[in-house]
Amino acid sequence: MPDTLQNPNPQNNISAYYQTRAAHHAVVTSDWLAQAQAAVAREPDGAPDTSVPPVAGKPFSVIDEFNSWRKQPDLAEAVAAIRALAAVIRNCQATTMMELEIELKKASDSLKLWDATSISLTAGCDLFMRYVTRTSALEYEDFNSAKSRLIERAEKFGEISCKARRIIAMLSQDFIFDGCTIMVHGFSRVVLEVLKTAAQSKKLFRVFCTEGRPDRTGLRLSNELAKLDVPVKLLIDSAVAYTMDDVDMVFVGADGVVESGGIINMMGTYQMALVAHSMNKPVYVAAESYKFARLYPLDQKDMAPALRPIDFGVPIPSKVEVETSARDYTPPQYLTLLFTDLGVLTPSVVSDELIQLYL
Amino acid sequence: MDARRATTTIPRVRHVGFFTPNAPPAQPSRTHSFPLDSSSPPLSNSPVNNSLSPVMIPPSRHLSDNLVHRATSPLPVPEPSAFRRPIHSHHVAVVGSYNPTESLLGSSPPLASPSSRVIGDGEFSEESSAGWFRRSNSAKFASSFSGAFDLTSVKSSETGGFHLVKKPVVAQPKEEKSGAAAVVEPQINKGLSSSSSTKPLKEKTTKAERRALQEAQRAAKAAAKDMTVSVGVSTSKPVKHQPAQKKDAPPPASSIAVSDRKGVERSMEKERRKDIPAPRMQFDDKSRVEKAKKRAVVNQSEARNRVELFRHLPQYEHGTQLPDLEAKFFQLDPMHPAVYKVGLQYLAGDISGGNARCIAMLQAFQEVIKDYSTPPEKSLTRDLTAKISSFVSFFTECRPLSMSMGNTIRFLKSRIAKLPLTFSESEAKASLCADIDRFINEKIVLADNVIIQHAVTKIMDGDVLLTYGSSCVVEMILLYAHELGKQFRVVIVDSRPKLKGQALLRRLVGKGLSCTYTHINAVSYIMHEVTRVFLGSSSVLSNGTVYSRVGTACVAMVAHAFHVPVLICCEAYKFHERVLLDSICSNELGDPDALSKVPGRMDINYLDDLTNKDNMQLLNLMYDATPSEYVSMIITDYGMIPPTSVPVIVREYGREYLWI
Repeated sequence: MPDTLQNPNPQNNISAYYQTRAAHHAVVTSDWLAQAQAAVAREPDGAPDTSVPPVAGKPFSVIDEFNSWRKQPDLAEAVAAIRALAAVIRNCQATTMMELEIELKKASDSLKLWDATSISLTAGCDLFMRYVTRTSALEYEDFNSAKSRLIERAEKFGEISCKARRIIAMLSQDFIFDGCTIMVHGFSRVVLEVLKTAAQSKKLFRVFCTEGRPDRTGLRLSNELAKLDVPVKLLIDSAVAYTMDDVDMVFVGADGVVESGGIINMMGTYQMALVAHSMNKPVYVAAESYKFARLYPLDQKDMAPALRPIDFGVPIPSKVEVETSARDYTPPQYLTLLFTDLGVLTPSVVSDELIQLYL
Repeated sequence: MDARRATTTIPRVRHVGFFTPNAPPAQPSRTHSFPLDSSSPPLSNSPVNNSLSPVMIPPSRHLSDNLVHRATSPLPVPEPSAFRRPIHSHHVAVVGSYNPTESLLGSSPPLASPSSRVIGDGEFSEESSAGWFRRSNSAKFASSFSGAFDLTSVKSSETGGFHLVKKPVVAQPKEEKSGAAAVVEPQINKGLSSSSSTKPLKEKTTKAERRALQEAQRAAKAAAKDMTVSVGVSTSKPVKHQPAQKKDAPPPASSIAVSDRKGVERSMEKERRKDIPAPRMQFDDKSRVEKAKKRAVVNQSEARNRVELFRHLPQYEHGTQLPDLEAKFFQLDPMHPAVYKVGLQYLAGDISGGNARCIAMLQAFQEVIKDYSTPPEKSLTRDLTAKISSFVSFFTECRPLSMSMGNTIRFLKSRIAKLPLTFSESEAKASLCADIDRFINEKIVLADNVIIQHAVTKIMDGDVLLTYGSSCVVEMILLYAHELGKQFRVVIVDSRPKLKGQALLRRLVGKGLSCTYTHINAVSYIMHEVTRVFLGSSSVLSNGTVYSRVGTACVAMVAHAFHVPVLICCEAYKFHERVLLDSICSNELGDPDALSKVPGRMDINYLDDLTNKDNMQLLNLMYDATPSEYVSMIITDYGMIPPTSVPVIVREYGREYLWI
């Protein structure tokens, strides 16, 4: 990735999170190539050891760690963050819980600052900090045992993430019946897991997959599904309403689940949910519980902007403005159910969970 | 009427709120809002008067129908002055033409709530946590019904509501009536009524017989009691006392008995429709007696011309009490001057707004506690609680309690109850005062700060913010956002008769915000420019319904239609576990004359002669209920939550309120 240590959102506010997703899942695009080349060219400058000040002085940088974890395509962003924080604990030289907490807080803040647009990153950091502060309330006589316990918890968290996907896949099997038509949007690893499990249990269904421009992540998903021998039909994004009649349900993932019960997801999800709602088709969201975030957008513009350059393939005159937001917010009234590792929930339960977790 | 009724006697239909005393029972199921319908012939009643037709399902709510009721002959009333006004007489009327505050929710929670079991006086009500306002409601109800009964002299017929809840009897000025005087009760107990209503008719017949017996006994007792009661208790008193005594056993009177009485009361009430509500039951508590006496002197004359649908809420002639009370200031021994002062301020409308009223009340209680000394042979907790309860009744008489005040009182009583026994008196008093300070600080002042911090994150440059009426929290939010340098403008929507928005407008313009001012009839005109709506509230209920100043629901609905997000700013101590489905069951009635008068315009007097006519009623509601689907977000000191999460907060943190 070209932007490693510096602020991943340079002048033009590109969201690193969505860049990553594109890198993981998308087809190689021309601007990605350009960035990769630029990165290579920049290499000799020497990535300065500009670890965020709190962690400065050590060869260890939480951002580095995070990036290395993040590059694994199968790992969720929140898990990568938590693993990075676990590494912070491992390498920190604090001798008391308080010091450790303070260091963790700094590391977590720096991670959050590094990419302000990634909700699951923020949520993951918050979750881990919450766990740490709650745990430290317990009495550990030995600081080292507390430390190792925290590390162990962080490691476990990584497994939880994989397990979470499996739990969600199992919960959603009841909702996929033989002969159904499922519409999906973008490339969500959780949804892929759901469909994989369904295919493996020999259910007969077909999938309508939107292209998911500008990342064209839908193409990648359709590849995966084709490997599973699931009948897939690719649609351009504009064909969602046209085909909604034939669809039985809509399955989407989520980048973040907000307090109102709505979701923040790749651009195009809101549109699909609106069309599905107006045609009385259920919209199911598959999201792990660590994606619950304490945000509450009132409308589309109420979120931190996450922009991503769009490559139209042809040069655009500079006078023409391009809407480059990479995500949108779907309000809870258009969602039917949320499949999470906590169970099958209605959107209003999200706030309940958040209150119990954070308050 | 109903095929179910095996009419061995004239079936009594429980009527809620409105009823046509004269209308023949033949009306089949009228659709009316209240569920208690035909299904429950609550009490077969001893047909006391033929004029008192069986309680019937209220017909449609047209006014013309309502007027039919008025034809019933009022039952004679025992000497009015004697009636002890229940302490809880709701004095809904504010002397001024404005009824301050949205916070006055207290007026009448639907008595249907189970707590309506007679909790009896506040004094006894320890257990009714939600008690206060329930009781007050009952009071209201009582008074409304009592209207039927004439307590000519009296006044404060208030429905003595609290206690009344359970006491259907209370309202009986006349024993003779078979009818349950407690019209209120029926109303109130609508909820309860379901239980009673489902009773088989046969059973009710029996009850009716029992009822007649009871009435006879009461009459006898009344005669006997007249001598004994120190206060000039009227004959009605025995009635009250009797139920009171029954109630003395802590709470719930059997609902059967209640329903019994209710039926009786209702019929009586019908007859007395035009009369001032009968006094509620009183307890044999000196302070109450004195207070009642005081009240009796202060005429709370019930308004004569009342809207049928809202007969379960008390309404009084405004402007009559304040001078009397002021004159009596020095005569009220049991009353603490601080409490008296605050009560008068409520009555006059000087203090309005949920937070202001709560804080004033708590500070008055602090004074009370500081000046308190335990009488010999009494335990501090019980005696102090009794005193507090009596003061609360006084407040309710001045102006019905709001829900937030109810929560606050519950908190205070629980703190008193939890005082360690090892505390000396001064330690206990100091601890209580500290608790009160902490409550005010944490739950109101700091909570407001947190709310402001959250809310300003939702204000962006270029926003057009709309607010309705004058809420202290919203005002603070706007001023703070302005201080932070955000560029926005404000639209203030206002409404008669209080026109509170004008004061807010003046303050905001004084601070340099750019404001637009309009009345509520133009809200749909201006809504297309608006980006956010900020509203305050008196309380938020468990189903997400927002209970606030009348007109709020309208603004929220229009905003919803225009897809403008509606943000409610409410401290968490105002949350309540009740559920309200409409604005009718529980509300407060303001001064109807305020509607017909325009301040400063003497020439607008078109309604002057009409207010006492039978076919013309003025309705001045104070509160309304906004359904949760119009609310986008509630900003509380626990953060920004969706309206569906209110019961979560109540559940998780309800204990905390009490355990501060």
